[in-house]
Amino acid sequence: MIKRSFIGLIKPRMMYQPIELTSPEAEKMPAPKQVTLLLNESYDPFSRKQSVQLKKDDPVKTGQKLALYEDSDAYVISSVTGTISALSAFIGDFGRSYTAISIDAGENEEIDEQFSGLVKDPTLETIKNFLAFIPGNLPKVLLSPDQLSTPIETIVICGVDRDLLVTANQHTVAKESKAVKRGVQILKKVTGIENIIITSPENLMQDAGLSGAEVRVVNSVYPASLPQLIMRDLLGRVVPAGKSCEDLGVAFISAEAVASLGKAFNEGRIPVYKRFNLVKKDGASALVSARIGTPIRDIFTAFDISAGEKDRIIFGGPMTGKAIYSEDHPIQPDTDAVMIQDHKSLALVSDYPCINCSECISICPAKIPVNMLVRFLEVGKYQEAVDEYDLYSCIECGLCSFVCVSRIPILQYIKLAKYELGRISRAEETNV
Amino acid sequence: MNLAGSAERRKRMFEQKKFTVSHAPFWHVGSSVSARSYNIIFAALPAALFGVFTYGMHAVAVVALSVSSAVTWELAFNKIAKRPFSIGDGNAAMIGLLLAMLLPATSPWWLVITGTFVAVVIGKQIYGGIGANPFNPVLVSLAILTLSWKNFLDFNEVLVNYDFSYPMAYPLASLKHFGVFAISNFKPAALLMGQQSGGIGAIFGLGLILGGIYLIIRGCIRWEISISFLAGVWVTALLFNMADPAHYAGPVFHLLTGYTLIGAFFLATEDSSSPVNFIPMLIYGAGAGMLTVLIRNIGAFADGVVFAILIANLVNPLVDKIRPKALGKVV
Repeated sequence: MIKRSFIGLIKPRMMYQPIELTSPEAEKMPAPKQVTLLLNESYDPFSRKQSVQLKKDDPVKTGQKLALYEDSDAYVISSVTGTISALSAFIGDFGRSYTAISIDAGENEEIDEQFSGLVKDPTLETIKNFLAFIPGNLPKVLLSPDQLSTPIETIVICGVDRDLLVTANQHTVAKESKAVKRGVQILKKVTGIENIIITSPENLMQDAGLSGAEVRVVNSVYPASLPQLIMRDLLGRVVPAGKSCEDLGVAFISAEAVASLGKAFNEGRIPVYKRFNLVKKDGASALVSARIGTPIRDIFTAFDISAGEKDRIIFGGPMTGKAIYSEDHPIQPDTDAVMIQDHKSLALVSDYPCINCSECISICPAKIPVNMLVRFLEVGKYQEAVDEYDLYSCIECGLCSFVCVSRIPILQYIKLAKYELGRISRAEETNV
Repeated sequence: MNLAGSAERRKRMFEQKKFTVSHAPFWHVGSSVSARSYNIIFAALPAALFGVFTYGMHAVAVVALSVSSAVTWELAFNKIAKRPFSIGDGNAAMIGLLLAMLLPATSPWWLVITGTFVAVVIGKQIYGGIGANPFNPVLVSLAILTLSWKNFLDFNEVLVNYDFSYPMAYPLASLKHFGVFAISNFKPAALLMGQQSGGIGAIFGLGLILGGIYLIIRGCIRWEISISFLAGVWVTALLFNMADPAHYAGPVFHLLTGYTLIGAFFLATEDSSSPVNFIPMLIYGAGAGMLTVLIRNIGAFADGVVFAILIANLVNPLVDKIRPKALGKVV
C-alpha cells in the first residue's frame, strides 16, 4: 500500500506499474476441473415463453457458444470441454442479474468447429456472434453500431492499464504486437473506422507503434489512463458531464481484446485464456494466465495462497476493483487483476463526518468540490449534488476516498448516487 | 455464492469463509483525524512550553485545566446527545490547548472552564460536531470571554505581578493608548524570542513559526491561508505606517505582537471554518489579516485577530463558491 509521506504537502503520486520487455511471460494455469461462466442475462426459466436452450448434463466443447435463449444476443464461450453441471441465477454488483453456467471439465479437450470455418473473411457479424466473450472484453458499442445515436469515429486501444498494479494490457503491447497488429487490421476492416489510436507508456512506444495504430503516450501517474482523461489530455476533447466517451464517437477497447481478436482469426479458434495480475498478501505480483471461468480458489491453491476469514479478495486493481465474497467466483473476460489483502492490513472506511481538510479538493483530477458533494450525498440529496456540486463530472478514480482523512467511502457514495439517479430517471421514462 | 445446485456445493456454501467485502478503493493513504489533531498539538508545544517556562505553575494550571475540561465537556455532550464518543479524535484536546495558549497565565479556573464550555459545546458540538462548525470554536470562546470579562483578559492588568528583565507592558495596548513612541523599546528580535507579555502560548514568535512550518510541511494546515494572512497584516500595516508613521506602527511590530502568529498558523487555518479552494483561501487569509490591522489601528480593541478571523469565518461559505470549473461542466 502506498502510504502518505512524512512531507504531507507533497500530494501522493501513484505511478502505474511499469513493465520491462524482459519481464517474464504469464504463468499458465492448468485446465481447471470445473469452470463457471457468467452469462449477462437473468436466469428466469419460468417467466419466458421460450424454453431454455441449455440444460444440465449437456455436453459442451471448448470454444462452443452457449446461449440461454434462441432470440437473445447474450452468450458465453465455453472455456473447457465437458458437461454442464448446473445453471443458476447470480446477482452481481448493483443488482445486475446473470446466469451462472457451471461446466465440469472432461478428460479430453475437443475444439468446437463452428468458428473456424468463418475465419477466412472477418466480418462484424462473425465477431458479434462468436467473439463478444473473448479475453479483454469487446465493447458493445463496436458490436452493434446501428443502435448508437452518434456513430463511432475513433477507437482508442488501451495499451496502459486503467488501474495501479495491473499490467495485463501493457504486457499485451510488449509481447503480442503481431496479434495486436492483426487485430487492428480486422477492426479497421469490419468497422470501417480508420482512426485508431493506441495508448502506451513511454517505454513501450516502439512496441505500440508496431500495431499500425497511431501511438499516444500516457502519463505514468494515476489516473491519467482513465478514458475521460485520455479524451481530455490526448484527444483534446472534454467529455461533458453526464455524457460518455461513446456519445462523442470514441470507443475504448483494451489491448488484450484487440490481441485476442487477432489471435482468434489467426488461429481459427476462440481464445479462452485470460491474463491477469495476481497480487498476493505481501504485495508481490505475478502475471497469471488462466481459462476464463476458473474459480479463484484453484488459482489460490496453485500459488499457495491461503484466504482466511475477513481477508479481502478483489477483482481488479486497488483503486477501482470490486471486492468479491466467495472463492468460487470465476475469472471473467474483463478480470485484469486478482488481489488478496490480509485482514490485518485492511484499509477500512468510517462513518466520521467530513472535516473540510481539502485533501480531496487538491487531488481531484476532475476539480469537483468533493467536500460539499459528500455532505449532500451522505443525506441522499442526489439532485442537488448534480445541480450544484458536479456529481456527473466524477470519473470514478477513487483518489478522494484514498486521501480522505475521515476515511469516508466517497467513491461509494458517488456510485450509489449515480445508480439511484439512473433508476429514478428510468422509472420516470417508463411512466410517461 | 450459490453458483451451483449440487448438494455438495450447497454444503460448502454453509462452510464458506466470510470475506471482507467493501467498495473501492482498497488502499488508503494512512492519514486520520486523530493524527491531524495530534500533529497540531505537537506543533503548538514549543510555544506552549515556552509560556509554561515563562509564567511557571500558573500557566501549567491553565493549560492542564483547559485541555482536561475541554475533553470533559466533549465527553459530557457526547453522553447527553447520545452520540458516539469523539474524544479519541484529539480535536477537543486541541481546542483546549489552543484556548489556553490565548489566555493569560493568571486566568481563574472558572474562566477557563467557561471558556472550554463555550468552545466545545457552543462553538462546535451544537452544530453537529467536528467538521460542522461555521466558526473557529477557540475564537468563539475567546470572543465571548473578552466581551464578558474584559478585565480578566487585559494583559496589563492580570500580568502586573510578573517582573522580567524586559518591558511587561502589553505591546498592542501600549500602541493603542500611547502611540508609536511608546513601543520604541520593543525590539523585533526580543519580540520574536518571546520577550513580551501576552497569552501563554502566543508570545513566543519563533516557536509559533517553527510549529507553523512543521504543520505546513506535514500538510496539516493550508499554507495559502497562513501566508496570505501574514501578507494581509504586513501590507495593511505597511500602508498605514507609510501614510502616517507617527501614528501607526510598522508591519514587523504587527506581525510579532498579539495573536498574529498563532492566528496565522493555528487559528485562521482551522479546517471546518476556512475555505478549501485556492483563490478563496487567499481572499480569506488576506481579508482576515487586513481586518486585524484595521481593528488594531482604528478599531476599539487592542488586538484584532480574534474578531478579524471570526468575520472571515463568516464570509468563508460565500468566498468558497469561487472554484475551478469541474471537468466537463456544462453551464
